[in-house]
Amino acid sequence: MSESNQRDFRLPKPTPGTMFVIGIMIPITLFLIVQLFNNPSTFFRTFVQSMALGSVYALIALGFVLIFKASQVVNFSQGALAMCGALFLSFLVADGHIPFTTIRNPLMDLPGPEWLGWFLSLFVALFFAALLGLVIERITIRPMVGEPIFAVAVITLGLEIVLRTFATDAVKIQFRSLEIPWGNQTFSLFGATLNWSYIAMMITAGIAFVAVYLFYKTRTGISMRAVAHDQEAAMAQGINVGRVFAIAWGAGAVLATLGGIFSTQPPVKQIGAVEPDTALVAFRALPAVILGGLDSVQGALVGGLLIGAAEIYAGQYLAGETAWLGAGYPVIIPYFVMIIGLIVRPYGLFGTPEVRRV
Amino acid sequence: MFLRPNLYTSYEAETHIFPTWTKKVLAALSIAVLFLMPFSLPVINQLPLIRFLGDSSWLRVMSTAFIFAIAALGLNILTGLAGQISLGHAFFMGVGAYTGAVVGGQETASVLGWGFPIWVWLPAAGIVAAAVGLIIAPVAVRLRGLYLAIVTLGLVFIGIHMSNTSWGRRIAGDPGLGRDFPNYDVRIWREEEPLVSLSTASQWLWFDVTAGQKRFLFLAALMVVFAVVAKNIARSRTGRALQAIRDRDIAAEVMGVNEFRYKLIAFGISSFFAGVAGALYAGLAGKMPATQFSLFLSIEFIAILLIGGIGTVTGVLMGTFFVELSPKMVEEFTRWLSQRTDEAGAIGIFADLLLSSGPGDFGPISIATQTPGWPLNVFDWNIVLYGVLIIVFLIFEPLGLFGIWIKFRNYWKRWPFSY
Repeated sequence: MSESNQRDFRLPKPTPGTMFVIGIMIPITLFLIVQLFNNPSTFFRTFVQSMALGSVYALIALGFVLIFKASQVVNFSQGALAMCGALFLSFLVADGHIPFTTIRNPLMDLPGPEWLGWFLSLFVALFFAALLGLVIERITIRPMVGEPIFAVAVITLGLEIVLRTFATDAVKIQFRSLEIPWGNQTFSLFGATLNWSYIAMMITAGIAFVAVYLFYKTRTGISMRAVAHDQEAAMAQGINVGRVFAIAWGAGAVLATLGGIFSTQPPVKQIGAVEPDTALVAFRALPAVILGGLDSVQGALVGGLLIGAAEIYAGQYLAGETAWLGAGYPVIIPYFVMIIGLIVRPYGLFGTPEVRRV
Repeated sequence: MFLRPNLYTSYEAETHIFPTWTKKVLAALSIAVLFLMPFSLPVINQLPLIRFLGDSSWLRVMSTAFIFAIAALGLNILTGLAGQISLGHAFFMGVGAYTGAVVGGQETASVLGWGFPIWVWLPAAGIVAAAVGLIIAPVAVRLRGLYLAIVTLGLVFIGIHMSNTSWGRRIAGDPGLGRDFPNYDVRIWREEEPLVSLSTASQWLWFDVTAGQKRFLFLAALMVVFAVVAKNIARSRTGRALQAIRDRDIAAEVMGVNEFRYKLIAFGISSFFAGVAGALYAGLAGKMPATQFSLFLSIEFIAILLIGGIGTVTGVLMGTFFVELSPKMVEEFTRWLSQRTDEAGAIGIFADLLLSSGPGDFGPISIATQTPGWPLNVFDWNIVLYGVLIIVFLIFEPLGLFGIWIKFRNYWKRWPFSY
């Protein structure tokens, strides 16, 4: 056996960045272990909360990743899409009519339990959100195929402005209720008080990731992966790239809507209503995307959960320092985690490094 | 070479700021008009649009546009020349604004202020912002494309949050109202009576000059200085190195351009421009909360670059004035139109179709400013318009206003031939 065939089993030499992260992680881990034995029920509650928040971030991050993989664009209008989607649901269930019309929502008059009508309306809202995503993609993104990525990304920034202005000012959403069936109700587990919304978030994120995983095995999914790999080569193979774009944007809008709806629920917020700040949830999920890697589905999941955990644990155990850190400090923890993560891995944990050629 | 405007006999000649006599004369004239604009002078008054823009109600808008031009020129060095997409320009403006406030502002019970004169706080604002830029640059240099955009976007959120902490409030004041910023009065040191007061009306030479006109002149002069500096950076060794990095970074490194060093320089200069602009912006407003330095402001600069024409000083200036003046243009136009809804003829019908005076009336623009909901009022339409402009320019004219101007010029250059 020649020497070149032997694998090198030595660990790579740690860079200063890696040492820095290990240096930060050791005291944090020790502190958390102490807290675990100190007060197990608080720790458990915090853990479930962090997984729930992480699921919301992962959902939104998945939307970013799907769109990025298809069209190489970071969709900055994801927050506006989240708000619009949540708004559609509010139209359907709180106002009781189909969006943009005065036709009464027939699902609200169905016999059976009330939550059945809500769930069916949710799917109608997701359908409208997907439609919005498709329209946006067709009008603004499709003409830009082959243009610089920067230009397309800035177009989505423009979209964000337009959609948010329409959603907040034309419709004037000041706390539009979403009538979520489980509301802010809680239950008890291992001495910790938990919200039903935590469970809903985790289940939804689980379904979404399994669905994307299974979808990537289908014929359309394979064509999506081919487009993500090399657009021109995929075109040469007869793959309809426009259709792939459309699917990605539709799916991205649906995921954003789910994220938008969950962002009105604990542990994110307690209000259960759409408001102008709902759109900000996408900007809070951006660190998760970047930490996981812009083009990696498993990166979205891991990044989302990590960022969610960092935010919730910091909120729980640094609460004594609020004066110095400022009210609402957990919201900016994700950005610090993102920057530290990028020092070590400039393409995120699971991102593909860009191959640089002259 | 007379009558041979495109013939250059040396590289030096080609890199002149104004290579031809026509351009030299035009530039001198437009600078003269710029400075005489706010005054009621015989010849200037006759120029179309100019008198209108020099009017006192427009002075503030124009002054803001000058400040935004300085910041946009800074972003142009980073994004236009070096190709580094930054959404954190508002953050650096904020750093400059609060450095200016601490160094030049008055101390009160709740906020810091050292009360130094403008020739200390204005450069200090730029230098501290540049220093912060240089601290962040080593992280940023490792990142490419949209990763960098998102990290710099994070800076904006971190910056706004920092103003809300216990120590941040000592600098930024109340989160809702903000703090007082120093005005532009020129003092030698900390004396009571300013050497040159830019916040009161007085007589300069033979003219009665109001405070607004003084600020206008001061900011116009600063903008011209910064535009010349930006242009000179662009055509110097540094500018060429930055453009080489933008176009192909590995090729630039092969040619001996130190990528790390030049990206650091780009971050530093761009942050310096932003810091100065931020301090001036805050000084013009007098009092503002830290939430003003938001993501929206960053996007505004990106919009300015893209609408004007990225990578060119002229284009950036055009873009700034277009983006900054058009909202007020639209407002004035709507007001003008609203007085003509009842008139007979085309204008009346047009106005009636466009404007809505109350519930039940057809028209997308609401005249009432307070009533929320559809139809939107003109301020909301301005925001929508601005988003739409970004999209439309990127799809249809990626070179921006500068590209339109080049096309227009080239058409008339070879007129009446089409090619």
